[in-house]
Amino acid sequence: MTERELAEQVVELVRRSAGPGAHAEATVSRKDLALTRFANSFIHQNVAGSSVEVRLRVHVDGRTATGSGSLTSPDGLRELVERTLVAARLCPPDPAWPGLTPPTPMPSAPAADEATAYAEPDERAARVRAFVDAAGGLETAGFCRTSQEFAAFANTAGHTAYGRMVEAAMDGIARTGGVDGVARLAADRLADLDGAVLGAQAAAKARAGVDPVELPPGRYEVVFEPAAVADLLQNLSYWGFNGKAYAERKSFAELGAAQFDPAVTLVDDPLAGSGLPFDIEGTPRGALPLVTAGTTTGVAHDRRTAAAVGGTSTGHASGESPTFGPFPVNIRLLPATAHAHTTGPERAGGEVTGPVADPDTAALVAGVRRGLLVSDLWYTRVLDPKALTVTGLTRNGVWLVEDGVVTRAVRNLRFTQAYPRALAPGAVLGLGRVPVRQPARTEPVWWSTPPLHLASWNFTGNASG
Amino acid sequence: MTEFDVATAAVQAALDAGARYADVRVMHRRYESMSARNGEIEELAQDSDLGLGVRALVGSSWGFYAVPDLSDAAARDAGRRAARIAAASARVPGPPVELVASPAVTASWASSCAVDPLGVSLSTKGDLLVEATGTMRAHGADLAEGLYQVWDTTKWFVSSEGHRIDQHVRECGAGISATSIGDGETQRRSWPSYRGQYGTTGWELVDSLDLTTHAARMAEESRALLTAPVCPAGETDLILGGEQLALQIHESVGHAIELDRILGWEAAFAGTSWLDLAQLGSLRYGSELMNVTIDPTIPGALGSFGFDDEGSPAVARDAVRAGRWVGVLAGRDSAAVAGLDYGGSVRADGWGRLPMVRMTNVGLEPGPHTLEEIIAATDDGVLMDINRSWSIDDRRLNFQFGCEIGWEIKNGRRGRMLRNPTYTGIGPLFWRSMDMLSSEIVPWGTPNCGKGQPGQVGHTGHPAAPARFRNVRVGVSA
Repeated sequence: MTERELAEQVVELVRRSAGPGAHAEATVSRKDLALTRFANSFIHQNVAGSSVEVRLRVHVDGRTATGSGSLTSPDGLRELVERTLVAARLCPPDPAWPGLTPPTPMPSAPAADEATAYAEPDERAARVRAFVDAAGGLETAGFCRTSQEFAAFANTAGHTAYGRMVEAAMDGIARTGGVDGVARLAADRLADLDGAVLGAQAAAKARAGVDPVELPPGRYEVVFEPAAVADLLQNLSYWGFNGKAYAERKSFAELGAAQFDPAVTLVDDPLAGSGLPFDIEGTPRGALPLVTAGTTTGVAHDRRTAAAVGGTSTGHASGESPTFGPFPVNIRLLPATAHAHTTGPERAGGEVTGPVADPDTAALVAGVRRGLLVSDLWYTRVLDPKALTVTGLTRNGVWLVEDGVVTRAVRNLRFTQAYPRALAPGAVLGLGRVPVRQPARTEPVWWSTPPLHLASWNFTGNASG
Repeated sequence: MTEFDVATAAVQAALDAGARYADVRVMHRRYESMSARNGEIEELAQDSDLGLGVRALVGSSWGFYAVPDLSDAAARDAGRRAARIAAASARVPGPPVELVASPAVTASWASSCAVDPLGVSLSTKGDLLVEATGTMRAHGADLAEGLYQVWDTTKWFVSSEGHRIDQHVRECGAGISATSIGDGETQRRSWPSYRGQYGTTGWELVDSLDLTTHAARMAEESRALLTAPVCPAGETDLILGGEQLALQIHESVGHAIELDRILGWEAAFAGTSWLDLAQLGSLRYGSELMNVTIDPTIPGALGSFGFDDEGSPAVARDAVRAGRWVGVLAGRDSAAVAGLDYGGSVRADGWGRLPMVRMTNVGLEPGPHTLEEIIAATDDGVLMDINRSWSIDDRRLNFQFGCEIGWEIKNGRRGRMLRNPTYTGIGPLFWRSMDMLSSEIVPWGTPNCGKGQPGQVGHTGHPAAPARFRNVRVGVSA
C-alpha cells in the first residue's frame, strides 16, 4: 500500500468510527536513511534503515489528541485510530482548535535524484575513501549521508497531498597536532559531493591551525565562515522566528522593526533545495521572508499559532510545533549581490589554500583590521530566549587576522553573545557573494549562507577558562 | 513467530551472508506525553513503535540495518543487508575488531514499577497538569507549563554467541515551570528540575514530586527574579544544588569517560575527551571527596537496566575513586581496543539506531555534610540551583553553565536572590576545588542526552547532592 493510500485509509477509519462530525488529519512518512561514519580514518559505523510513521490527529466533540505509530497493517491502523479516539474523548475541551486545512493546491518540490535516493553503501564508502586519501595522512573523521522521505497527507476536509524529498550531505574533519579543520556540504544529489575536495579543504585548514596561541577574552571583529553562520541562523530560527515564541512575547522578533543590519535578508525557502512541499497539517510550503534588508518581516506559523495572532499558517507545523512552536529549518541568508555593504570580488569561485577556504571568504578577511576568522561554532545554548543571549565555543579552526592578513592560529574561545545584537544595524561589515549549503549534523535539514563579517563578537573566555 | 524467532532468523541470515558475529534487537516502545499550558491541556500524544535492528560484523567492519517489519522475510533481508553494509565498510578498513567476553545468557528482566504509568487514567494525569499550571498562572506566571512523559519498552535481544534476553523497561517523569516575561528578558523557575524528574520506575515517582504543592512558589520566584539583582561577576566560593551538580557530572565527567570519545570515534560530532587512557588509574580528576560510580543497578534511576544492548549484564563500577580516574563507560568492541576487560554501557535509542557507548547512572557517592552545613561554613559565596543553560567544549574541559536562580551567601547565611547566575571553569580544576559535599543524594534523571549520527536521545541517571567549590568564576554575561 502506498503512503497516500495509507493516509486516506486512516482518515476513512476515523470517519467510520467517529462519524462525519470528526475532524481528522493523517500524515504517513516513510524515511530511508543511510549514513556512513568514519573516525581515525576508517569506517567505524555504517548504518541504513527504513522507518515508517503514521501520525493521526483527531478533533472529536471539541477535544483533540494525537497518536502515532509504525504499524501499517490493517490491525495496526485500526489500533492507532481507536486509541487516538479514546484519548481524545478523555481530553478536556480544546476551544482553540484551528480547524483543518481545506483543499489547497500544492507547489511542486525539487525533483528527486534517483541515484541519491537509492545510493549503495559502496558509493558512500567511496566518498569517504576520497576524503581520507585527500587528507594526506592526517587523521580524519566525519560522515557521508543519503536519505529520502516519502510523505502523504489526507484529512476529513478532503485535502490530500503527496511529496518526496532526497538529500545528501558530507561533513568531515582532518586533525593534526590536536587541531581540527572542517569541510561540510549539503546537496540535492550525492554526485555533487566530492570527498576529495572536502578532504583537501579540511586538511588545509587543519595544517594552518597548528601551534595556536591563546588570546585574551574581549570583543573582536570576526569573519564567520558558512558553518559558523549556520549556527546563527539555527538559533535565530528556533528561538526568534518561532511563531509560538513570538505569540507569547518570548521572541526578540518585532514585525516591521529594523532589527538587523540592512545587509541582512533572510528567507525560509524549503523548496530551494531538498524539502517537502507541505507540512504535517497539509499546509503548502514556500518561501517565507523573515528579514528583508534588515527589517523583520515574518515568523513561522502552524495553524494554531497563526490563529492566535490572526494570521495564516506558513507551513511550519511539525511534531514539535504544538509544544515548542513552529520554526523554520531551511533559511537562506541571501548573499551580497543586492546589498550596499558588500565587500569582496566581483566573482567568487575557485579555491585558496590554508585557513581561508575560498575567495569569497578571502575578500572578507582582507577587510579586517584586527579580528578573528572563525570556521565553526559549537555547543551553543541559549541563556535568555528573549534577548537570544547565547553561549558557546569556537571549533574546527580560529585565526587572528591583522590588517587583512591571517597571522596566527588561535586556541578555541568561549563567547557569550546576544545574536540579534551582533547582526544589528551597522554591525554587519560585509557579506560574501557565494552561499554554501550547510547540513544539520543529525537530521536532513539545511541552512544556506555565505561567509559573514561582523563588527563585534563578545568572547568571554579562552582555553584557560 | 515470536520476537525471538524473528531475531534468530535475522542473525542467521547475517551469518549466512558472511558475518562472523551478529546481534539483533526487536523493540516495541510505547510512548505517551501530555503537556499543559496556563491551566489547559496543550498536547496529548501517544506513540507505538515496533521494529528490529541487525548489527553484523564482517572481517573488521560493522554494518547495521533496521526495518519496521517483523515478518520472517523482512528479518532475513535485514540480516543480509547488514552484512552487505559491513562489507562496504571494508573499503575504508580499520584495525581488527574483537569483542570482550559477555557470557551468553538466557534471561528476562523487568524494571520495578508500583503504579503502571500507562494504567493511570488520562483524566487523572491531565487534572494534575491543569491544576499545577493553573496555580502557577494564578500566581503571576506569564507562561505556566507542565509535562509528563512515559516510555514503556519491551525488547528482545539475540546474538550469534547465544544471548537470548528479553527486558521490559518502564520509565516516566514529570515537571512544571513558570516563566515571567520582563522588558527584554525572561525568567523561569522549574520544579523539581529543568525538565522535570525522571526514573526507571512507575507513576509513584510523579506522585512523589508534589507538583501542585510547589506551583505557587515557582510562579512567585520567577516574577521576583525579574527585579532581583544580577549575579555579580568575579571569583567566589560556589555552592551548587544537587540538580545542577547532576548536569555538571553528566557533562564534565560522564561524557568525558565515554570510551568511544576517548578513542576518537566521536571526534567529528560529539567530540573527543581530554582523558588519555595511559593515565587510567593514576590521573587526579578531582578532590579526595570525589567518588563517582557507573551503576546501572540503582533501583528506579533513569540509567538502570538489566542488560545493555549488547547483552552485557548491569554491573556497578568505579569511575573516580578518591579523586583518581579509574574507570570508563565501554562497549565490547571499544573495551577490546583499549585493552580493558569490561563493556556493559552500550545502548540504542530504539530499534532503528546503532547501539553505542552511553552513560548509565553516573553519579557521586554521598559526602559527610548537609546543604545547610555547607552554607553555614561559607563566609562569602553564591548558591546556584536548577540548570538553565549548558555548554562545554568538544574535549569536555571548558564549560559554562547558567542556573535559574542564585542566592548570595554571606557569613554563613543565605541572603538575597540573584538573577542570571552563571559560572565557568575547566573540568579537572573545578572538581579539584570541591571541598564540601552533602549526603543528600538524589538520582536525577536526564531523558534528553543527545549523541551520535544519526542522532540518538539517551536516558541517563546522575546521583548528586549539593557541594561547594572554591574560587570559581561566576557572573559571566553578554
